[in-house]
This record gives sequence, structure tokens and C-alpha cells, in this order.
Amino acid sequence: MPLRPHDRPRHAKPVARLRRRVGLGVLALPLLAWAAAAGAAQATQGADVTVAVAANFAAPMKRIAQAFERASGHRVVAAYASTGKLYAQIAQGAPFQVLLAADAKTPERLQAEGRAVSGTRFTYATGRLALWSRQTGGVDAQGAVLRSDRVSRLAIADPKLAPYGAAAMQVLQRLGLETALTPRLVIGESIAQAWQFTATGNAPLGFVALSQVMQDGALARGSAWVVPAELHDAIRQDAVLLRAGKDHEAAIALLRFLRSDEARRLIRDFGYEP
Amino acid sequence: MSPEAWQAIGLTLRLAAATTVALLLIGTPLAWWLATTRSRWRAAVSAAVALPLVLPPTVLGFYLLVAMGPDGLVGRLTQALGLGTLPFTFTGLLIGSIVFSLPFAVQPIQHAFEAIGERPMEVAATLRARPLDAFVSVALPLAWPGLLTATILCFAHTVGEFGVVLMLGGNIPGATRVVSTQIYGHVEAMEYAQAHALSALMVGFSFAVLLALALMRRRGTRVMP
Repeated sequence: MPLRPHDRPRHAKPVARLRRRVGLGVLALPLLAWAAAAGAAQATQGADVTVAVAANFAAPMKRIAQAFERASGHRVVAAYASTGKLYAQIAQGAPFQVLLAADAKTPERLQAEGRAVSGTRFTYATGRLALWSRQTGGVDAQGAVLRSDRVSRLAIADPKLAPYGAAAMQVLQRLGLETALTPRLVIGESIAQAWQFTATGNAPLGFVALSQVMQDGALARGSAWVVPAELHDAIRQDAVLLRAGKDHEAAIALLRFLRSDEARRLIRDFGYEP
Repeated sequence: MSPEAWQAIGLTLRLAAATTVALLLIGTPLAWWLATTRSRWRAAVSAAVALPLVLPPTVLGFYLLVAMGPDGLVGRLTQALGLGTLPFTFTGLLIGSIVFSLPFAVQPIQHAFEAIGERPMEVAATLRARPLDAFVSVALPLAWPGLLTATILCFAHTVGEFGVVLMLGGNIPGATRVVSTQIYGHVEAMEYAQAHALSALMVGFSFAVLLALALMRRRGTRVMP
């Protein structure tokens, strides 16, 4: 409806009032968000075991947690991050009861520092490395593609930070390809980022964790060379009971469950060796 | 400090300088349009320009990675032009930085243009200055505090950029490894001494920049939005 000039004052007032009301509503938003968050926090307070999990083990952990919850009636609250970050958080007093690390070194160190319960460390999974392309036929079954000129870029995880990155560098060294391929490396801060660079096609090839490209025991997509285990040091992923989980029934039960046949089967399905 | 650290510092300064120049060239016309237009697209464009202020840098970085990848719109275009794909290159980082710091260029300049008002431009027009002439010899000089603020903020913001570089860069020494990603690597590897040296430098630099801005503001020139 077109406005006549004398309509304006009458019309403007309710609009102004409405504006003011909307303004007050916006101010109340953070308050509402806080209240909702507080409610949500209350709901998770019944959690039984808080576990810090290395990012590469996120997918199997979700399945394992479901199975564990079904079998034991305990509840799992999992936090996923790189092992380096989890270490820093645990050292700063994070309330994790169990750590599933991506290496053996970090749990060992935590034990030496008295932040983990001695005698509880064990290898829950051994990682396998894969040279992967998202394209079928991008990688042959022997990895000969590495010697071809089709490798414009090769994604790896940072060898300084990630065990899978260190393993990838060992493979290149043992194949005598380190000098040839180093200028073409793109380095992800974690194995997750190495996968991402390859999955988006920005790098045609990448060294990733087999667990990232396996689903239910088979390659989910693309093509891969499962790197023979002799070409690199074993990627042992160790679990340990942290000080906050000492004598904690659910935490100990989770560690026990990780060694069960059911958990081992799940772990193998995701491309790890239990 | 190690040669790698110096290399990262050099690269960071180059990236920041290139980003700042590009943003002044892109941001000034955009700010002028936003300050003067009556188009109904103004609000939408204004909101789009401000998006990088509120989006997590990893979101921006991730979308840029996908967009510039071989299947993305930008990636297809650059491949068709024979440029290959841009992630993991300095050009790719530059584009990411431009998007990331866009509001830091546009907003101060836009506020400066708005503060001038219509009158000086109208006066210039009555003196028979053509619009472009009036813009260059009247609007730009009057808006210099805004341009200066934009320059300083863009440079500093690019130096402090992290998430976008992390997602797009691939951490290649000399090409995409900047100071912030270098610090991140040191921290993750628990090399706290090297991390401290670079971090302290960063804190000192950022403080100096903000101090310079505050001092300029105290001198009465309206440089902050």
C-alpha cells in the first residue's frame, strides 16, 4: 500500500516500537544461549568415562563406544584431537580418564611424568599406511606410480608431528625417492589434513592412514597401495589409563573392552591391525 | 633465530604487503560504492563483506580449498587458463588473505567516505569537476585517515592470519610456511623455545601496530571506524 505523506508519523511509531523490541530481543540472545548450554551441560553430567582419542581413531572409536555402552551400561564421552594437543591438555590438568594415542611415545612419557597409571599401557591398534588417490587407477597395487612423473604433488602428514607422516618419510627414504619427491610434498599438520588435501583432489596422491580410506574391510573409494609394513617402523598406537581414571570402574572397563574380540574385530574392519 | 624462522618472517611480510596493496585497490572502490549507493543490494553486499569477521577462518580456508581445487569453480577456471590449481602456492595464499582481510580494508574506508558527506562532492561538481576527478582530488584526500587505518589493519591482520593459511598452505618452506603456521608446528612438536622466540616477536609487532593506531587517534584524526 502506497503511503500518503500524512500517514507517515502514525506509521513510523509502531515500527520504531517494533525495532526497539527486536533490539531488546537481540540483547537477550546470549542469555538464552547460555541458559541452553547450561541445560545441555547438566544433561551430560551422568557421563561415565571421559576418553581422549587421537584424531585418526575417531571413526572406529564411535563404533567401539556404541558397542561398549551396549555391553557395559557405562557411557563414553570422547574428545578427539591430535596426540600432541591431547598431551598438552593432559599436562595442563584436562579431566580425561583414558588416552588412546596415535603413538607409543606419548603414553610412555605421560607414565614417566606420573600423569598416567604405570602398568596400564598397551597397544590397542597398529596403523597401516596407504598411498591413496581418489581416482580409480590413480595408484597401482605396487606403488610404482611414485616413480612416474604423474606425481605433481604428494600429500603427507608433518613427519615432525604425526607418526603417519614420519612413516611416510621412511617409506620414501627406503625407496630412495626422498630427494626426488621432497620438492613436491605438501604437508598437512595432521594425517586428517593429508587426507583432506588428497580427497579434495588438490594433491593427486597422498600418504594417508589406511583407516581413513577403509570402510567395513574394503577400500571406500579411489585406489590405494597398502604400503608393506616392512617399509616403515610399526605405527603402534598405545592406550593408557590416566591419573584421573585411577580406580575408576568405567575407565578400566573401557580399556578391558578394547582388548575384547568384539573391539578387535571392529578395529580390523577400519584397516588397523589390533 | 634459525634460517627457517627468517624465511617464514620474510614470506609473511611479502604476503602481508601484497595483500595490503591488493586490498586497497579492491577495497577503495567497493567502500565508495557502499558509502554512496542507494541500491537495494547494499545491505546484502555489506553483510557479505563483513562475513570474514565472524566466520571461523577454518571455514573460509576449507571453502577456499574446495573452490580452488580441481573440482571447484575457481579451480576449473584457473585450470582452463593453464594456471593449474592454486592451493599450496603463494598466489593461493594471497587470494585467501584478500578474502580474509576484506572487511578490515572496506569498513574503515567506507566510514571515512561516509564521514565526508555529500557536500564536498557537490561543491566539486558545481566547480565542474568530473566525478572521477572529484573522487581523486576531493574524496580520497579527505578520507586519508580511513585509508591509513585500512593499510595498517590489513597488514597486521594478514601477519596474524592462521586458520586460512593452515587450510590452504600445505606448509611448504619458502612458499606457504608463514610465521603463524611455523609457531603452530613448533608448539605441536613441543619445541617451546623456538615457539617462544617467534611468538614474542608476534606479540611485540601486534602491540606496536595497535599502539601506533591509538596514538594517531589521540592526535585527533579520526582513523578508527
